[in-house]
Order: sequence, then structure tokens, then C-alpha cells
Amino acid sequence: GAMGGSASLIPRDLLSEYQELTFLSKQEILLAYKRFSELLPKEERESACFARVPKSNILTLPELRANPFQHRICHVFSTSEHGDDSMSFEDFLDMLSVFSDSATSDIKSYYAFRIFDFDDDGTLDRKDLEQLVNCLTGQGEESRLSSAEMEQLIHNILEESDIDKDGTINLSEFQHVVSRSPDFASSFKIVL
Amino acid sequence: FLQELPSCQSARRRRGGTQERRPALLGTAGSRGAAARALQQERAEPAACPAREQPLSMAEKRILRDSQQADTEHLSRWKKWRRTSSKSWKKALSEVKGLSSYLMLWQHDIHSIEGKFGTGIQSYFSFLRFLVLLNFIIFILMFSFVTLPFIISKYGIFNSTIAYVSPKNIEDNCTIYEPSGNKGLVYFYTYLKDLFSGTGFLEVTSLFYGYYTIDAVWISIVRYNLPLAYLLATFAYLALSFLWIIKRSVKGFMQNLVHDADPFQSYCNKVFAGWDFCITDPNAAWLKHRSLQYELQTDLQEEKLKQKRAERTMKEKLRIYSLRIFINIIVLAILSGCFYSIFTVTVFSQNSNDTGNANSLVNLVVQYLPSMVITLANFIGPLIFSFLIRFEDYTPAFEIRLTLMRCVFVRLANIGVLLFSLWSQISNCGTDKCKPCGYNYKLYPCWESDVGQEMYKLMIFDFLVILAVPLFVDFPRKLLVTHCSCKLIQWFGQQEFGISDNVLEIIYGQTICWIGTFFSPLLPAIATIKYFIIFYVKKIILIHTCKPAARPIRASGSNFFFLVVLLIGLILAFVPLGVSIARIPSSKACGPFRNFNTSWEVVPDTILEFPTVVQQILFGMASEAFAVPFFMIICIIMFYFIALARAHKRVVEQLREQLVLESRDKMFLIRKITEAQR
Repeated sequence: GAMGGSASLIPRDLLSEYQELTFLSKQEILLAYKRFSELLPKEERESACFARVPKSNILTLPELRANPFQHRICHVFSTSEHGDDSMSFEDFLDMLSVFSDSATSDIKSYYAFRIFDFDDDGTLDRKDLEQLVNCLTGQGEESRLSSAEMEQLIHNILEESDIDKDGTINLSEFQHVVSRSPDFASSFKIVL
Repeated sequence: FLQELPSCQSARRRRGGTQERRPALLGTAGSRGAAARALQQERAEPAACPAREQPLSMAEKRILRDSQQADTEHLSRWKKWRRTSSKSWKKALSEVKGLSSYLMLWQHDIHSIEGKFGTGIQSYFSFLRFLVLLNFIIFILMFSFVTLPFIISKYGIFNSTIAYVSPKNIEDNCTIYEPSGNKGLVYFYTYLKDLFSGTGFLEVTSLFYGYYTIDAVWISIVRYNLPLAYLLATFAYLALSFLWIIKRSVKGFMQNLVHDADPFQSYCNKVFAGWDFCITDPNAAWLKHRSLQYELQTDLQEEKLKQKRAERTMKEKLRIYSLRIFINIIVLAILSGCFYSIFTVTVFSQNSNDTGNANSLVNLVVQYLPSMVITLANFIGPLIFSFLIRFEDYTPAFEIRLTLMRCVFVRLANIGVLLFSLWSQISNCGTDKCKPCGYNYKLYPCWESDVGQEMYKLMIFDFLVILAVPLFVDFPRKLLVTHCSCKLIQWFGQQEFGISDNVLEIIYGQTICWIGTFFSPLLPAIATIKYFIIFYVKKIILIHTCKPAARPIRASGSNFFFLVVLLIGLILAFVPLGVSIARIPSSKACGPFRNFNTSWEVVPDTILEFPTVVQQILFGMASEAFAVPFFMIICIIMFYFIALARAHKRVVEQLREQLVLESRDKMFLIRKITEAQR
């Protein structure tokens, strides 16, 4: 069947290396390979392990197309040197590994921090939080919070999580506040 | 400047060289490239963590793993062998885990539900799957320790025989038991009636307690003490359920010892963990956006109201508190009304059991009357509570929780009242009716089977209601909403999948199963089949008639809440079972405990057959001389831990204050340095 076919396309030692370096099981890696090669044009499917998929193709995946953080996810996990956020198969596996069930909460919170850091400066400041809340409530003018509500909300968030009171949330503070959040582990999950 | 501070450097080193990316201004090719460079600088440090736990790209993880392996070349042979064996052990474990994911029931169904409706509803279906498994294991337990030896000995397999011990010191009157097991020609519908009410031919099967009227089973030369096995199997399934539920709830619960803030209500939880990354359906995503916006706005408004509430005048406070007391009195009155009606209906139904089998259908309805009244009370109670709580002026979050607690209480207390009324009938020693045997032997020669029958009827009726409601309420409602554009019906709208109602429904069924298994050992099998079918029924309702909830109830959407309520149900199930086993004399006409005063007595009897030393130890453990010092020591240990937690809390608060001061100092010094540099 399809599973057997794709199993012969990933060399065995590469498969076991992926198993060692990610949190995915063998079946999950093979399923990821199948879905990834479907995003490629027919000619490139043979060498899917080394091909790069442009961002627009990745965003057609059902797991990502409804996600308001789709662009950030592609940006964070992409190792493309051209800055075009295209993803290779290994980037794809990295992404699935972080979002899998068995990933540690440390690594999940680290990548969540990277995804929420819209301006890539290493801290979550007010602008990042504002953009985050706007992503959550949806695109469109009527779905945004009023500026007074946004102020109040950001003030509350900073009060809860900013330990050193410098007006921004750095990685340690973020990981600390997320470790006490009961819903984080179950919501920060993508399974193919 | 901030990147060069010693604290940042040490954080970077601690994470194995993956911290603080330099800003894009410094022209690095992507943040992960910088991490790799930093990693190569720190190669001298032995990385303690396996490569996959590091937040690096695949290429960097390869480099890290190769460097780790290069480091191990220098280690001794013993350490090398240990490392390779632990690696292969982990690999084997992951293979087993991968295989067991195939065995997981309904994996694909739950996954698709999660994608379309979010994790809240998915947790309900995972919970249902857990209950199916739990009931199946309980059934296997009871079957293999109680029913199987009996069946083996009955058919003489393995050279087994049944041993009957003649009853001693028991009046003959108590041992008369003639179940009306369909002697002679009967109409066909009698079988149907018996199937629904547990009487007739069903009463003498292995479904009920009365079937197991033996004292021991001889399998070849081994004597199998069936009464002891029956009792110990009961304790075993209760303990198994208890431990399994606690294990599952500990996994999902984050204890918040330091701050008093409620972890579910915190804004950080709602914002950082607010989006369900597993949603795949654009419609569901749109609804989720709506619900998040609504939730954030209501929370912000509620905070403003809280400030207003704090500034209430004394007169207003008095008014609100007296209103609350008044409403609580109304709630209590409603509850006592429910309980009283259940009591009278049960007494009526039990009393009309003997008076003639004239009209079978009427008789069947009368037998099901307690179940009907309980289901009605379970349905009306929550409606009234959610209506009343609006007047009590609590915060929305507290409102939800209080309503839920009241509904839980109503459902579980109804079962308790039913059992209590049954016992009052059984021990009804009005006019010397139970002098010889300790219970009302004329009406209830085998009272355990009767209680088992009541539990059986409750379970069947619950199942029928769960099947009938979608058929007669949900699907017609969906048809009306889609085809009729009448304004009233459109305002009513499509069904929303009420998670808390559904969860309470199945917890109620599970409590019945726990209580009933002692009186009816094969009841868990019926419960397993029932929950199996309910899964598919609920799934069909969800996909075809429900729209995703616009306002999710966060407090009840979590797995932890389900398990806590299930635990309450289990602990409440201990009480009736404890009373039945230890207080009420077991029936002398049927069952494995004929020769004992109460069911519990089989345990002291068995202990008396042990060697004297063991006996003395066990009796010593149950005496006051041991229990009181034990209790005092436990109290002292508990107080110690409470004091320790308080001390830790104080230290954490002090450290937080210190952190704020340090950060201010840091900013001050940096400003001074930049000024001095200019």
C-alpha cells in the first residue's frame, strides 16, 4: 500500500536517525513523508527528502490553513537561507516533532515564545502582545478589541507574567507562566 | 549591552548554546545559524540533554549528537556500555508505544472530532473511551474471580466440585427462597418483561447475586474460597478505579501552590494557551475566534464589575446576602422535594411488587417508576438551578461552578436516596417481621438480588433515555431549524453540545455501575456495551445536529474537572457499599454469604484460620491502641508539610520583589554607562 511504498523511499538509516532526533514515532514520520511529498509537483516526489516546498504550498495543509499563526510557524521552522520561509522535509519534521504529544513542555514553550515574538527581538513587548491578541480574535475590524480593552488586557498579562517588571516578557518568564497554564500542553498540539 | 550581561551568558550556556538570538541588525543569517555558532563555541561543555530535546534545527541536532558521541569516546567502557544499552532500551520502548497506538480504540474518530470541534469536546470523548476501558477491566476482574470458578465447578471441568456447607444456627424460615423463574407455560412477552425488570428467568442467572449460592469450590485439590473471593474482588475493583482515576488526574493537573490566582481564569492561560492548534476546519476556526473574543471581553468587563462590587455599600451587601440565603433555602426545598418523591415512589413500587401480576405492562411501568422519577429530577433540577443562579449575582465563573456542583449533588444524592429507601424497606422491622433473620425475610428473601435488580433497571432506563433523546428531541429540532423559518424556532436555534450535561450523565451511569457490581457481578459488561454504543450515538448527534458552542465553558472543558467529579461519584459509591457489606445482615437464603452474619464477616473468619502470630498482628492493627497514635502521626506530618509550603511561599514572594529591584538597578546602571560613554 501507500505506507509500504513510502517506507522504501526513506533510507532505513535516515529513518532511524529521524526517530532519534525527533519526538515522532516511525509511523508518524512515514505519514509526514507521505503528506510532504503530496505538496511537491510529481517530478520532485522521488527526492522529497532534499526538496524545498514554498510557503504557499505548506499553507494548504489542513492543519495549518485555519491557523492564525501559520506565517509565524513557517518563519520560525524554516532554515531557508533566502529568507523566503520555504520548508524542507527536515524542517517539516522539526515542526511536527515540537507539536507532537511526546514533546517536552520546555521545547514547546521555547517554540511558542519564538512564534509569538512577532518582531524577532527575543522578548515579548507590548506590540507583540497586541499582535498576538489580534491573531486570536480574528482578522477584520469588528473582531478586534477596543484600544481601552487591549490596554487593560495587556496590563493584566504583564502583571501576571512580567516578574522583573521591565515591561517585556523574556523567555524565562514566558516558560514560567506557561508551565503553570493547564491548557497549554493540550492546545499546543498538531497531529497529522 | 543586555546580551553581554553575565546572566544572559549563563542562561545561554545552560541551554547548550541555543539562547538569545542576536537582533537581525547584526546581519546573522537566521537565528538558528547564530545558535549553531554559539554551540560550536561551547563545545567544550558536555551537553547533558539528548539532542532531540534541544530547540535546534535538524542539521544542528546532528552536529550536537555527533559531538556528544565524540565525547563518549573518552569515557570508560562501562559508561559507554551503559549509554548504548539505555539508548536501545529507549528505542524498544518507543517501538512498543508505536504499536500500542494501533490498539487505541477510536483513535481516528477522536482525532477528527478534535479537528472540527476543538479540544473541549474531544476531552469528553476521550473520557468516554476511558470509561469503556475501565468497565471492561472491572468486568474481567469480577468474571475471572467470581463467575468463572462457579461455571468451572458447575460443569465439572478440571475435576472440580462444589462444596455446600450446611447452614448452622439459622431458622428454616430464613432459607426459603423461590424465585418465580417461569415455571410452566408462560406467554412470550413475559420473557420481554423479565428482560427489562430483571425478574423471572433473569433472576436465576449469573447476572445477580442470588445465583452464587455456594460456599466453596474444589478445583482438583485446591479449595477456592468463593465468598472471600467475591468480597475481595469487590474491594479490588473499587481500589483499581480509585487509583486509576487519581493517576489520570495527576497527569493533567498543574498545582498552583504559590499564587492564589485561579489557573483557569488567568489571562495568560487564555492568551498563550488560547488557540487550539489542532483545529483544521475553517468554520470551527471562525467560531473559535468569536468565542475567544467574547471570552476576553467578558472577562475584562467582569473585572471592572468586580471593582464596583468591592465598593458596595453595607445596605446593598445586606440585600444581596439575604437574597442568596433565600435562594439557597429554595434550592434546599427543591432538593428535599425531589428526595421525598423518590422515597415515596420507591416504597410504593416495592410494595406493589407482590400485589398481583394482573396487568403486566402496568406492573412494568410501576417497577420503572423510581428510575423515571430520578431521571425527571435529574432533568428538571439543573434547569431550575441555572434559572435561579442569575438572581444570586455572583461572578460568571463562580456561577458556572456553583451550578455544576449543585447538579452533581442532585444526581448523586438521588441514587443515595433510592438506596436509602430500599434499605428502609428491607430493614423494616415494624411488627416483628425480621426477628429471626435480621431483615424482612418475607418480602425480601434474597435482598441483594433485589437491590441488584433496581440498579439493573436504573442502568437500562438510563440507556433508553440516552438513546431516545436524540431520536425524539435532537433530530426533530435540527429538521425544524433547517426547514422551518418561523422566528420562534430560529431563535431557539440549533443544539449546542453541552459538555457538562453530557459528562454528568455518564458519571451518573458509572456510579450506578460501581454500586451495582457488588449485587450484580455481570453489570460492568452491560455498562461497557452501553458506553460503547453511546460513543457512536453521541458522535452522530455531534456531527449532524450540533453546532460548536459559541461560548465554551472553560472550567468544565478540562479533563481534570471530569475526573474530579468521577472521583466524587466513586467516593459516594463507597458509602452504600460499605453499609451493605458491613451493617445489613446478608440474606440467609441465597448468595455466598449465607453462613455469615454480614458479608464482611467472611474476612474475620478467614483471619481466624491464620497462625496466631499473624492474627495478633492483624487484630492489633485494627484496635484503637494502634489507630489513635497512627492518626496523630499523620496529622503531625500534614502540619509539617503545610508549614513547609507556607515558608516556601514567603520565600518566593521575597525573591520576586528582589527580582524587580535588581531589574531596576540593571536599567539604572546601563543608563549611567551609556551616559558616561557619550
